[in-house]
Amino acid sequence: MHGTGEAMVRLEGVAKTFVMHLRGGATLPVLGGVTFEARAGECTVLDGPSGSGKSSVLKMIFGNYRVDGGCIEVRDGHEWVDVATAPPRRILRLRQSTIGYVSQFLRTIPRVGALDIVAAAARETGLGAEEAKARGAELLDRLNIPERLWQLPPSTFSGGEQQRINIARGFAAARPILLLDEPTASLDRENRAAVIGFIRERKRAGAALIGIFHDEDVKQQVGDRIVDVARFRA
Amino acid sequence: MIAAETPLLAAEGLTKLYGPRVGCIDVALEVHEGEVLAVVGESGSGKSTLLALLSSQLASTRGSVRYRMRDGVVRDLLALGEAERRLLLRTDWGFVHQDARMGLRMGVTAGGNVGERLMAVGWRNYDRIRSEARDWLARVEIEADRIDDTPATFSGGMRQRLQIARNMVTSPRLVFMDEPTGGLDVSVQARLLDLLRSLVADYGLAAVIVTHDLAVARLLSHRMMVMRRGRVIETGITDQVLDDPREPYTQLLVSSDLRG
Repeated sequence: MHGTGEAMVRLEGVAKTFVMHLRGGATLPVLGGVTFEARAGECTVLDGPSGSGKSSVLKMIFGNYRVDGGCIEVRDGHEWVDVATAPPRRILRLRQSTIGYVSQFLRTIPRVGALDIVAAAARETGLGAEEAKARGAELLDRLNIPERLWQLPPSTFSGGEQQRINIARGFAAARPILLLDEPTASLDRENRAAVIGFIRERKRAGAALIGIFHDEDVKQQVGDRIVDVARFRA
Repeated sequence: MIAAETPLLAAEGLTKLYGPRVGCIDVALEVHEGEVLAVVGESGSGKSTLLALLSSQLASTRGSVRYRMRDGVVRDLLALGEAERRLLLRTDWGFVHQDARMGLRMGVTAGGNVGERLMAVGWRNYDRIRSEARDWLARVEIEADRIDDTPATFSGGMRQRLQIARNMVTSPRLVFMDEPTGGLDVSVQARLLDLLRSLVADYGLAAVIVTHDLAVARLLSHRMMVMRRGRVIETGITDQVLDDPREPYTQLLVSSDLRG
């Protein structure tokens, strides 16, 4: 991991416009001139009213949305990679080694049990099978998923349980950059506290986190700097 | 994933015309080890033609397909002799057909279907062949007591799993799949998808999967190509193409998909 305070992600002049061909080619400019950086050991909070494009910013950093202008430089070891222009295979490698992403919803994989899903994520950054299983069990336990569910595929779980499996999976691997899209939305207090704990641990380990949080309270507890995304409305 | 920078399979300017009718035009692609490429599009888009060209089962009108052989030498597939080509298809490559009957010998036992590929690469010891076949049947979840039954007595899902075992037994480096889950019940599809997903991950397989099912593409592939009327109209990381489609046709495909 890198030293605290070192820039890990730099956005400069990033723009995003959606073109909706099914609506006669209507263009919907969402963001322009997005400029900020995220540093190791810190949690950068993206703030702004809903619809201001916070999620789009995260998705562009992850390479899930295309970037229509500007650059998004991500530190990958000794190298900087511009996600806006990097070829797909380079971005996929970046996701493997460097950038993790916790989305709001779990895309379930048929027939794979909850613990195996989380353990598989832990293995992606190099844990052995046993350690990965132990890490998975620890995360599920801290998120209060009853042990009798661990072997079952989450497709049968409640929405809240699925969300917690998703969070466990997102925190299982130890990547230097972690993007969080409302990981605490609709969690009860106890589980929200668990997630705050995970975030603090990742910060202490030197990771750079960029997150969207619904609750003021969570922002206060984990945020080191706040970026008001509404400033970058296109 | 991804070690060597030279792609395993690379096509350039790949074109197939059936008289005045277009099969596919000017397709370029690369597939690397451990990488799954999905080719999506509606029927008639040229995706099955492309698969047949890539796997050298069909001669192209123009263009080239190059493949890095096990010895590291990159060969132009058109320049391969018939014997070399057949050996490649039987050993280093797999081909999973939508209709398992095309990929299996229906009158031969399950064990025979798997063992046959081993014999083609020089295995001679009956006991070893049988035990390897039994291993692979177990891996694709076919009960051991069905080893001497013919696939004619199997369900659609079982046939498809047997076809996969037959392909995997020679440890191919590249597998072509043509609508591998097409025509199966949804619950059977899920089992098959899970099997394919774990095989790809466990064996570091490269694969080209042709499908019209975007959910299959999302679950199995790293990168994706969208085809329409024989041309590639959009490419990218699979989730990027599905979540932020750029082309009008891709937007239509994604918005028409119920499961996304």
